Amino acid sequence: MEPLNALVVFLNFVFIPAAAYGAQLALGALGVTLIYGILRFSNFAHGDTMAFGTAITILVTFALQGAGVTFGPLPTALLALPVGIAATALLVLGTDRSVYRFYRERKAAPVILVIVSMGVMFVMNGIVRFIIGVEDVVFTDGARFVIDARGFREATGLAEGLALRSTQVITLVTAAVAVALLFWFLNRTRTGKSMRAFSDNEDLALLSGISPERVVAITWIIVAALATTAGVLYGLDKSFKAFTYFQLLLPIFAAAIVGGLGNPVGAIAGGFIIAFSEVMVTYAWRKVVAYLLPEGLEPTSLLQLMSTEYKFAVSFAILVIVLLFRPTGLFKGQSV
Amino acid sequence: MTSVPRATSQAAPRAGADLRIPLLYLAMAVLLVVTGWIMGANYALTIVNMGLISAIMALGVNLQWGYAGLFNIGVLGFLALGGLATVLVAMPPVVEAWEAGGLRVMAGLVLGFVTILGLVQIWKRMAPGRARTWSMIVFGVAGLLVTRWVFDPGVAAVEAVSPASTGYLGGLGLPVLLAWPAGGLLAAGAAWVIGKTALGLRSDYLAIATLGIGEIILAVLKNEDWLARGVKNVVGIPSPVPQAIQLQNDPDFVARAAQLGYDPVTASTLWNKILYMGLFAAVLLVVLVLAQLALHSPWGRMMRAIRDNEVAAEAMGKDVTRRHLQIFVLGSAVIGIAGAMMVTLDGQLTPGSYQPLRYTFLIWVMVIVGGSGNNWGAILGGFLIWWLWVVVEPLGRWIFAHLIGVLPEGSWLAGHLAGAEAHMRLLTMGVLLLLVLRFSPRGLIPER
Amino acid sequence: MTEAYDPLRDDRGNRDISITKIGNPPVLTPAENRETRPAPGAVRAFLTAEAMVGGYGRGANILNGCTVAAEKGQIAVIVGPNGAGKSTAMKAVFGMLELRQGTVTLDGEDITRLKPQERVARGMAFVPQTRNIFASLSVEENLEMGAFLRRDDISRTMEQVYTLFPILKEKRRQPAGELSGGQRQQVAVGRALMTEPKVLMLDEPTAGVSPIVMDELFDRIIEVARQGITILMVEQNARQALEIADMGYVLVQGANAYSGTGRELLADPMVRKSFLGG
Repeated sequence: MEPLNALVVFLNFVFIPAAAYGAQLALGALGVTLIYGILRFSNFAHGDTMAFGTAITILVTFALQGAGVTFGPLPTALLALPVGIAATALLVLGTDRSVYRFYRERKAAPVILVIVSMGVMFVMNGIVRFIIGVEDVVFTDGARFVIDARGFREATGLAEGLALRSTQVITLVTAAVAVALLFWFLNRTRTGKSMRAFSDNEDLALLSGISPERVVAITWIIVAALATTAGVLYGLDKSFKAFTYFQLLLPIFAAAIVGGLGNPVGAIAGGFIIAFSEVMVTYAWRKVVAYLLPEGLEPTSLLQLMSTEYKFAVSFAILVIVLLFRPTGLFKGQSV
Repeated sequence: MTSVPRATSQAAPRAGADLRIPLLYLAMAVLLVVTGWIMGANYALTIVNMGLISAIMALGVNLQWGYAGLFNIGVLGFLALGGLATVLVAMPPVVEAWEAGGLRVMAGLVLGFVTILGLVQIWKRMAPGRARTWSMIVFGVAGLLVTRWVFDPGVAAVEAVSPASTGYLGGLGLPVLLAWPAGGLLAAGAAWVIGKTALGLRSDYLAIATLGIGEIILAVLKNEDWLARGVKNVVGIPSPVPQAIQLQNDPDFVARAAQLGYDPVTASTLWNKILYMGLFAAVLLVVLVLAQLALHSPWGRMMRAIRDNEVAAEAMGKDVTRRHLQIFVLGSAVIGIAGAMMVTLDGQLTPGSYQPLRYTFLIWVMVIVGGSGNNWGAILGGFLIWWLWVVVEPLGRWIFAHLIGVLPEGSWLAGHLAGAEAHMRLLTMGVLLLLVLRFSPRGLIPER
Repeated sequence: MTEAYDPLRDDRGNRDISITKIGNPPVLTPAENRETRPAPGAVRAFLTAEAMVGGYGRGANILNGCTVAAEKGQIAVIVGPNGAGKSTAMKAVFGMLELRQGTVTLDGEDITRLKPQERVARGMAFVPQTRNIFASLSVEENLEMGAFLRRDDISRTMEQVYTLFPILKEKRRQPAGELSGGQRQQVAVGRALMTEPKVLMLDEPTAGVSPIVMDELFDRIIEVARQGITILMVEQNARQALEIADMGYVLVQGANAYSGTGRELLADPMVRKSFLGG
């Protein structure tokens, strides 16, 4: 029995990756949930918004690297991130102006806006492919590890190594900062409060003199920032591929719905719930269990509930269960 | 759930509306003929055949969305199930694989099914509470482990049987035309299970749920090699009509072609496509007639009444969920048939090529551009959008070639544009969808 | 004025015919105005909505030439049977539906064509009948949002609201949605007062609250009016509302049937018989 080694394996292959993935999903789900709370529709173009922001960030990163600018041990992409956010903000504001506003003024049914967002998704997808193509792009640089497996083994004398990649640390730290900023903004500033007020009761917000167009514009800017950050962190952690970002739509929506659409706290919780479930269900537990059981009782099978290809099925199953038994999500969201 | 807003002219002049459909169809025909004239008859026939299949897909989606306002974006999954049916029906069984592990695989599937039934029973019989939750978790995990214990070795054995050519159980070896109704049935069965759980959710939740189902069905198809070889593809699916090679070896055919002044190669490819076209057109006709009859029957009127005001319909004692389930299953069956036809036409099942943008959202563009709620519109949309999807790429290449000619030699933009015409498609479709939604939300042929 | 109406002894229940008395309600027609004055026409009060005609969207007219007015610091009450267009009249005064005829003036300025938000900026505040608070925001945030358009220091106004409704100060950190019905109405009124309005418009502020809470709310409303704020209010509890009203308007079918001071209307036998239930 070697519980310490079991713990290290667990941290290394389950906890840390799931936490990083959860943070990425949470940021994505926050964007979806904000759009839902303010504009009251499910934005199917969100995955492609993330892809667009990431693509711009990657281009700027390459330009910076080409000019010899780096960010020390940190990835250069973090320097490029503000540019990506700004470009994405312009794109979504332009989209809102030219596309969504028309339907908002006519008070179109939410499902119409969903279909409209499908059109936007097509366009953005096309734009992203124009900009950066369909291939896998790896754009991380700087130090690869905060703790590397061999160093950890040597330092602790354990059989198992613990690797903490810098992208994982950066993901968690950036996500924490972004979330803290967002909540400070929503709960402490006048504009943030007016957004919450608008989301809560649109008519009364109008009576109070809150300008809907301003609230909507600020929402889009925040969503652009969150989506780009989420996309860049995901790309740093794994790699960038336009199609993967489209596929992230499912776990992101699952996270937002599980937490309760329109509820920012719920979106964060939902992101981690989905991420941990996905990783834990698709992880082969043999090694962990082998360290925990007495010697000679090592399991022969992989102890993997589902193969990794079915991770969508995990988010989906959680989504369906939550929708069937608690349609407003775990943290009460809006039911418009 | 509401349908597309009826903002545009509600009371169009009757005579104009009557002429609109034939005129638009005529225009579509002219487009196809011109395409054939420029690009060759073979090219045009390829577009027509896939257009026919697209039209059937669009009819299926129109049943769900246009008639009932059900927001299904798992079209891809039902198409893939139809394709799977083709393999299961038409491919010869792999006897060796069945001997190696077929029974084990089947037993595993039965065990999995029993586990699900058991979970449902626990859910129904036990009182709600912690005890039930834990019983379900324990039973579910145990059932999964036992299933896997039986199933996995069987799968390994099956997949080990000459993996380069088979490595799967094969099908029933029946005539391929049987696969079309079978594809419909398979999709309908899946739709029934999905509908039972997910219908009754709000429209955008249903959308996410169906999106997820589509991805899962595709994941199964890609990864369960024992079923249909996964991403290794199943090729050589029998064809219901004589292949071009067969025709070329048929002296009668060669002689008749020569009489008409065609060389055997051209004639055989064309004739093969024309035969397919006849089959597909027949299926389209049957589906269209049935859909039209359904639309104008009391059932269809009730369906639209439910769509336009669910609450009122429910208050009048209509069983909304039941009706929705019916039309969801029917629409999915139509999509499944189309999926089977598509795989038959291709002669192969390639799960890797099933992209949601192409097989789910493009069908939606067809329905919305054509006119949701109108079967004639859906068919026109199927043809038009498919035609556009095909020609945008060469058209884009042509435009870009001119653009690049204008740009300075070897400039960065020129190099960038050279490979970019492939991405024109998505952009065009998105812009088209947005324009139609904005300026003609009821589509080219609006619902009456 | 025989058998004097004694507010202290009379029960506080709703005697509104349309709600409590089913069967044979006396029919009111706009022309039967006998003892009370005609609606003020030529005289321009601080807030005057004159001869309003209009309805929702392209629908039929709901208002057929109705006039309401109130001087500074006065309480004006609109009462009438169900479907008389009371709430519609109030929404029209606030600009929430487009008038086909008629004018609305505030302090001599014609505001007929202004949007509701512009009227807020001109010093009008409106408390809707339902969904009149931000349920997920705290009480204090509700008040802050009320003052959204103001750029100056709002702490003094907030203190005034807290003095008016002391319970709100106690619960200022709680989400408004968790408060009781009466407290929510206080939040709603408090939010409207945060703009430091010249005119406060209340759409059935006592709907769904207990009689004791209703009295308390009316007391507060009187207090607000004493500070020089004009109050325009729609009420189902007609008798109680007219008691505190400086001006009362009985609407029938979107037009003025009776108008006068609250006392006058309460004393008018026709109004009492046909409308107040005896």
